[in-house]
Amino acid sequence: MAAELHVALVAADREVWSGQATLVVARTTSGDIGVMPGHQPLLGVLESGPVTIRTSDGGTVVAAVHGGFISFADDKLSLLAEVAELSDEIDVQRAEQELERAKAEDDAEARRRADVRLRAATAAR
Amino acid sequence: MGAQLRVYKRRIRSVTATKKITKAMEMIAASRVVKAQRKVAASTPYATELTRAVAAVATGSNTKHPLTTEPENPTRAAVLLLTSDRGLAGAFNSNAIKAAERLTAKLEGEGKEVVSYIVGRRGLAHYNFRERKVAESFTGFTDEPSYADAKKVAAPLIEAIETETAEGGVDELHIVYTEFVSMMTQTAIEARLLPLSLDEVAQEAKPKGEILPLFDFEPSAEDVLDALLPRYVESRIYNALLQSAASKHAATRRAMKSATDNAGELIETLTRLANQARQAEITQEISEIVGGASALADATAGSDR
Repeated sequence: MAAELHVALVAADREVWSGQATLVVARTTSGDIGVMPGHQPLLGVLESGPVTIRTSDGGTVVAAVHGGFISFADDKLSLLAEVAELSDEIDVQRAEQELERAKAEDDAEARRRADVRLRAATAAR
Repeated sequence: MGAQLRVYKRRIRSVTATKKITKAMEMIAASRVVKAQRKVAASTPYATELTRAVAAVATGSNTKHPLTTEPENPTRAAVLLLTSDRGLAGAFNSNAIKAAERLTAKLEGEGKEVVSYIVGRRGLAHYNFRERKVAESFTGFTDEPSYADAKKVAAPLIEAIETETAEGGVDELHIVYTEFVSMMTQTAIEARLLPLSLDEVAQEAKPKGEILPLFDFEPSAEDVLDALLPRYVESRIYNALLQSAASKHAATRRAMKSATDNAGELIETLTRLANQARQAEITQEISEIVGGASALADATAGSDR
């Protein structure tokens, strides 16, 4: 059996996703980082961005994560986020509307959030 | 129907209506407790992971941070009191308020100035009535607090603690809330949230003496701690809000259950009294008829002569 790592994607009020994976790519404040089994113990601050999880059975899970932390030790990886959504939970139309509105109102925060959602949703397709 | 009997009947009707209402409130509260407990459980993974992460930074580096360093002589302390927006919950709110007052007195005894922050209309009303100063208050979400609410509560507190004491900041942050022990037991407890003792967090995170690995911090231990500690405080406040909500619903359920029981007893007593009044009325009517008949008989007997 190939080496695997256990991933738990946890939001403040629920566990969003958990399972076995072979690769996790996330965006930290100092750039994208890929974690594979056997990585050095790591604790990093996440930026808003899509997180890509390549699961053991060959599938891909993409989630939009808005701020939070990545921590990895003993082949257990946890992604902590205040808000996290899986790509299939994202309503593309609503995200697009929000993006338009954010652009119109010049709200950088909302714009980034909507942007991350859209990117996560399209990345999964 | 006699006046007395009518009064009893009317009271029985009104108590029956009250009983129906309290019974309904009891059942609503019971279902809300379960929901609130589920929310507490759902927030646990995040809290545990966050505690682990804080412990990892605590053991993996010697970083200093305003949220973890003990000031040499603390002079101002913030007290966050969690109450509910609505009453009808027995001693729930007064217990929490009493605990906060004990804590305030203790802190003032230590020579610290106390700044009060209050969640819930009940606590706010208590402080306003006594014309005490409240630094900030939050209402409208105590029945079902969300993480966004916890962030809203935490923001001014974190800001206050990061400000220098001379410029209106605080040195310590205490929180008073009602811990949900079980359906029957909820206790008002107080805890010091900040400054955070990193050793204690480390103890909490690995009770089995497990050794945390040496972490690689990205971008640096200071930055990680900077981002981590406010989230940790928020998550602790969120947990306290959820527990307080669950406790409130449990207290409401219990209060409404005893109200329903009491209404049942009252109905029974009133029914007895009503029956007695009816019997008395009947007895009186019979004696009136008998008395009237014998008087009539006496009168006719006299005219015969």
